[in-house]
Amino acid sequence: MPRVPWALTAAGFRRYATYRQATFAGAFTNVIFGFLRCYILLAVAAEVGGAVAGYDGPKLVAFVWLGQGLLAVVSMWTMLDLAERVRSGDVVADLLRPINPLWTYLWTEFGRAGYAMLTRFVAPLVVGIVAFTFYIPQNWVTYPLFAVSIGLAVLVGFACRYLIGLTAFWLLDIRGVSMFWGFATNIGSGLAFPLAILPDWLATALWVGTPLPALLQAPIDIAVERGGVGHSLLLLAGQAAWGAGLLLVCRWVQARAVRRLVVQGG
Amino acid sequence: MGKARVYAHLVRAQVRSQTQYRASFALDVVGSMAVFAIDIGTVFVLFSVSGSLGGFGGTEVLLIAALAGVSFALADLVVGNADRLREYVRTGLFDSLLLRPLSSLAQLLAVNFALRRIGRVVQGFLLYLVALFVADIGWDPARLLLAATAPLVGAVFFGSLFVMGATVAFWWVESGEIANGFTYGGRDFACYPSTMYGEWFRKLFALAFGFGFISYLPALALLGRSDPLGVPDWLRWCSPAAAAIAAGLAALFWRTGVRHYRSTGS
Repeated sequence: MPRVPWALTAAGFRRYATYRQATFAGAFTNVIFGFLRCYILLAVAAEVGGAVAGYDGPKLVAFVWLGQGLLAVVSMWTMLDLAERVRSGDVVADLLRPINPLWTYLWTEFGRAGYAMLTRFVAPLVVGIVAFTFYIPQNWVTYPLFAVSIGLAVLVGFACRYLIGLTAFWLLDIRGVSMFWGFATNIGSGLAFPLAILPDWLATALWVGTPLPALLQAPIDIAVERGGVGHSLLLLAGQAAWGAGLLLVCRWVQARAVRRLVVQGG
Repeated sequence: MGKARVYAHLVRAQVRSQTQYRASFALDVVGSMAVFAIDIGTVFVLFSVSGSLGGFGGTEVLLIAALAGVSFALADLVVGNADRLREYVRTGLFDSLLLRPLSSLAQLLAVNFALRRIGRVVQGFLLYLVALFVADIGWDPARLLLAATAPLVGAVFFGSLFVMGATVAFWWVESGEIANGFTYGGRDFACYPSTMYGEWFRKLFALAFGFGFISYLPALALLGRSDPLGVPDWLRWCSPAAAAIAAGLAALFWRTGVRHYRSTGS
């Protein structure tokens, strides 16, 4: 890995490793919600004979606990400080640096996600495995595919939030946009319930038309081996396409935003 | 009486300042109402899978979820801002509250009053009224009184939790998320019939922590049903006692915390 990305990633990792209390508190809350959602989904499954929308008991358990763990890794509800820097004008300093702020933020984000993987992801996972019958992947290929999928989920989550941050160049206050984002991710990311529960047309629309399932539902579906390796590869391709596409959009929007910033400053 | 006028003044000033930007305020109200709709919607997405939850039918689940929703919304409106205490402790701003001849907690709540949460309260009450109408309730004076007071009693319970959770900041500044596990987690717990949860988790949360007293037990009393899992019938009427205990504990926590507070130094 070249020196600059590595240094930025390490800096992101160290920055978040400083907040140990917050890490503990967050993991604690994930565990509580894990128990809550797990019991609720298992109770629903028990009433309809063991499986909900193709997820049997152990898969539902994996769905809930992986979701609670990945929530902190993808971190879709914490906005980047980009918007605040646009508002205060500090973003000028970011733009003067020899590296595009898009990459600065991206590498820092991977550092943060790496720290979250070691702490926030592991804690709920361990509790879930100890307390319930957890679905263990049957095929070894699933493990590397799952790892790649988590990386892509972080990338997609980052690109979406970077775009929201960029809207600050026009709106100055991103509260409305981020509220809409929170609303959309709540329904579409596959946190509260598997998307397959929803009516077919709605689930398909979410998978095809939005990047939301790429955040949580895609990596989880790969981990519980829903539909075999072929399906997993398809999910990965979808995530990669959304990640690459959104990054391009970020670059394009940023170029326009910067032109606008010059107008404001001049 | 003089004190009440000061608080009313503080709240009015907040309301005036928040409604200055009307579009932004309207957006906030709509956003918080959308979040409420998702929470209740999630209950019914899961309900749609099996046609019953934990042995309870649609109108019964609606009553439980609506009562939990309205109690939480009411508590969130009045006491939800207690979590701002974290910033007050970190920056030392809490000193300024202690200097004035008014209750520090009441000041904290009045100065941070967020009117945008009123939307959820209205939504919650409407839903609760609908639930009372459609549910099969054998009305008598005792049940009428229970139906009228249950949202307030639930709100006192949730409000006590908000205060207890906020108080943690006097010891650990970065640990706000622990409180979320019990406030938002408690709301999610109370939205579903307690029969859905595993045994130890149900006993811990519903009875020991008291979340069952918010909506599940009062709803049983209104519906004239006994708990299928053997909670004694008289407990269904004990929510006010549970709320009083919670409020007492919250007051104790707060006082201990304030005495522990050492400011930030010079």
